[in-house]
Amino acid sequence: MPRRLADTAAVATAAVVTVCCLALLASCLDGTAVYWFGGWVPRHGIALGVAFAVDPVGATMATLAGVLATAALTFSWRIFEAVRTLHHALMLVFLAGIVGFCLSGDLFNMFVFYELFSVAAYALTGYQTTDPGPVRGALNFAITNSVGAILVLAGIALLYGRAGALNLAQLGQSLASRPADRLVIVAFLLLMVGFFVKAAVVPFHFWLADAYALAPTVVGVLFAGVVSELGLYAVARVYWTVFSGPFEGVQGLRGILLVGAVTTALVGGVMCVLQHHLARMLAYATVSHVGLTLAGFALLGPAGTGGAVLYLVADGLVKGALFISVGIIEHHLRDTDERRLAGRGRHLPWVAGLLVLGALGLAGVPPFGTFLGKALLEEAALAAGQPWLIGLFVAVAALTSAALLRATGRVFLGLGPGGGPAAARRGPDESAVRHPHAHPTQVAPAVALLALAVAIGLWPGLTAAAEEAAARFTDRPAYAAAVLGGAAEVPAAHPPVLLAAPAGWAVLSALLGLALAWAALRPDRLPAGPRDRLARAAAPAVAALRRIHRVQIGDSVTWLVVGMAGFGTLLALVTR
Amino acid sequence: MTPAVRRRVFLVAAAAAGALLLWGLTGLPDYGVYNGPYGDVLNRVAVAERSATNVVAAVTFDYRGVDTMGEEYILFAAVLGVAILLRAQRDEHEEPPDEDAADRDAPATSNAVRIVGLTLVGPVVLFGLYLVAHGHLTPGGGFQGGVVLATAALLVYLSGEYVTLRRVSPELVTDVAESVGAASYVAIGLLGVAAGTAFLANVLPLGQPGQLLSAGTILPINAAVGLEVAGGFVLLLSEFLEQTLVIRRPGEVT
Amino acid sequence: MLKFLPYMVAAWLLLVGLYGIVTSRNLVHAITCLSVAQSSTYILLLSVGFERGGTAPVFLDVPVGTRAVDPVVGALTLTDVVVGATVSALLLALAVQAQKHQGTLDPERFGKERD
Repeated sequence: MPRRLADTAAVATAAVVTVCCLALLASCLDGTAVYWFGGWVPRHGIALGVAFAVDPVGATMATLAGVLATAALTFSWRIFEAVRTLHHALMLVFLAGIVGFCLSGDLFNMFVFYELFSVAAYALTGYQTTDPGPVRGALNFAITNSVGAILVLAGIALLYGRAGALNLAQLGQSLASRPADRLVIVAFLLLMVGFFVKAAVVPFHFWLADAYALAPTVVGVLFAGVVSELGLYAVARVYWTVFSGPFEGVQGLRGILLVGAVTTALVGGVMCVLQHHLARMLAYATVSHVGLTLAGFALLGPAGTGGAVLYLVADGLVKGALFISVGIIEHHLRDTDERRLAGRGRHLPWVAGLLVLGALGLAGVPPFGTFLGKALLEEAALAAGQPWLIGLFVAVAALTSAALLRATGRVFLGLGPGGGPAAARRGPDESAVRHPHAHPTQVAPAVALLALAVAIGLWPGLTAAAEEAAARFTDRPAYAAAVLGGAAEVPAAHPPVLLAAPAGWAVLSALLGLALAWAALRPDRLPAGPRDRLARAAAPAVAALRRIHRVQIGDSVTWLVVGMAGFGTLLALVTR
Repeated sequence: MTPAVRRRVFLVAAAAAGALLLWGLTGLPDYGVYNGPYGDVLNRVAVAERSATNVVAAVTFDYRGVDTMGEEYILFAAVLGVAILLRAQRDEHEEPPDEDAADRDAPATSNAVRIVGLTLVGPVVLFGLYLVAHGHLTPGGGFQGGVVLATAALLVYLSGEYVTLRRVSPELVTDVAESVGAASYVAIGLLGVAAGTAFLANVLPLGQPGQLLSAGTILPINAAVGLEVAGGFVLLLSEFLEQTLVIRRPGEVT
Repeated sequence: MLKFLPYMVAAWLLLVGLYGIVTSRNLVHAITCLSVAQSSTYILLLSVGFERGGTAPVFLDVPVGTRAVDPVVGALTLTDVVVGATVSALLLALAVQAQKHQGTLDPERFGKERD
């Protein structure tokens, strides 16, 4: 197929999918849209076939994937020379898998689509075959995630042995009558661990940095924007439709999930600051923000869920834009290490602007949509009696935005101890520069994604809509009635969210991020005594953290089993 | 982690995870006790509703047909992935691998292997087609039959007729077979939409249970899957076989 | 004990497969171990759907209503087998690449490229 035709067909297909998902989103606002494949409607409450049960949360995730895929394919328009049509076909299969996963209302069907987008992702990660790196990253990614998928399937088999059903709503109904016993606990453990691997929750995250760093940009945009988020979506979807009945009243569950969320947020944030490779930096920013989002879901209520969904959509758009920006840097400067790039980005002012805006988006500054999401999360944390979570949110935002601002300062202004004036003086005439200016088809997708993230932040009434969507998402009986029986849902009214305090926290986060970045770039301006003492005190912990993250395949799987044993033991303890 | 540390950490964690797993598994009903309801309902109604005497096929290709569509695309994606990975690699070599094959000493194939292998090709193809065509009646179907069909290509290769294999199944043919197979599944599904019912709903006459021409769309879907699986597996085989030819350069010891 | 034997076989296969992946010094071996772990799910699925005294759910020679095992787990296992086979194929292709680029299949000896 000629290259233009293949490019156009791929972008057009992704755009059409996006529009269809938007239409689905609009159509399910008034009630869950249920579609029974083959027309096999349930009989006497028993599902014979497979249903797509589309609610606003699922449709939003699918739309997000469509937007990111369209942006990524537009970006790749001018870049890929080889294996073009095969690559485009795989990208579209990747998208199809994600969309199916978001819309499905059947546990085994979710597994099938989960495998579908995973298999496409494994291949897309590893195919830049001129480099030795991608192969190693892809192998670690594929093996660790396949183990996760095996655990998911084992969990499905356990539930099937108990309930004789695969439909989420029917499973939920069947399990709701009794508190969680050992089978339900272990099935929950297996499913959650499987999805935690995809979400990159610590300690299931060791595959992520390699996969991000080594994947081509086009794929990385989807990784950064939506794949981890899908893991979290699955955690929330399966919890609320299937397990919220048997685990109702289990007080300790929130605590366990919060421990995982806090660890993930902090490990990711610190590792993000320690990275110099830009894609790895984004990878750990993702880990950190996964922790933040998981904290919202872990509050196990509609308010936290609404905030988490709103946050992860806006955050996905911002990270997609950031990944495209890193892709532009890689394409033009043939490198993504901020130390080697010091001062070499001066002729790409557009990209610098994108990175700074992206950093502000990560910090959750208004008017970005991340701000609204975090405002909801903070409100939910206060309502749940966990005000300390606000401190965590500020820390995460400060750390990830600081890392990005530091890299921007170094690459585009030549600041920082590593670069120095010599590096700063090197201009665009450098031999490694292939293209003097970023092409519009490269910059435009990133601008569009950031604009969408802002549009979400400015959309009137969006917090109320998110809360209503979350209220439906977390209402198991209503979901079951919509899928199996068909009963009207009564949306509740929500008081408007107060935005003054969250705005203050957001500004604080951004200022902290800026201060940290400045401190990293100009350590000579800091008072020498405290600075050196702090560096000496942190050195062993930093070294240990780095050492732990230097992994190969066996390590990722070992950590997976360690995490599973730990999570499972805690679960067994709190449900006794 | 060093290998020794890793092994120790794993064994401790796996002991705990294994204990949890066993604890949960003993919560299942005793082996041999099945409480339903999903399977029991389908065993009762599927033959009458779908005219398929093989209820597993009715589940695979109709009741849960959309799972199978996803599964078919998993195969499609994996084959595409292997092709991307290995073809990009192959392009780096300047000589086309065919010339390598002509140059090097082919591993000697004994006449016994050659005769048995080539004699089996016909029956294996026939058996594969039989499996595809009778999937709705007896155990078998597009996946199993497709793999058997692909085995015929492997037999050709084992008989030392690699060049013949390249001639009868060039990349283009297998590519097209695979893609057409994958696309026809969706096309058959869309027939249901066109007929005003639902995606993947049956639109063909059901016929008498037990007849070859019965069970409506299950038979054509099986054919589509058989085509896709056979094409996909031949493609996989030939991509990997190309690799052995690229790796086994003349004069190199492997 | 015998009431749970197939379930225990499944748990054993899963753990022994994971042990193989963790300790493997050869990618092809590790990929095979992944298949071993995957086969635990075949056993688990088929055994939760098994009904003592049931025939195969194929009603060609036996009338409908004969006691038969669950057809759904058969269909799920079929999907699972195909998924396992395709993932293995993809991983083996990656292993071929790894061998070419790194000159080894031993994950311990892969070059490290980090900061």
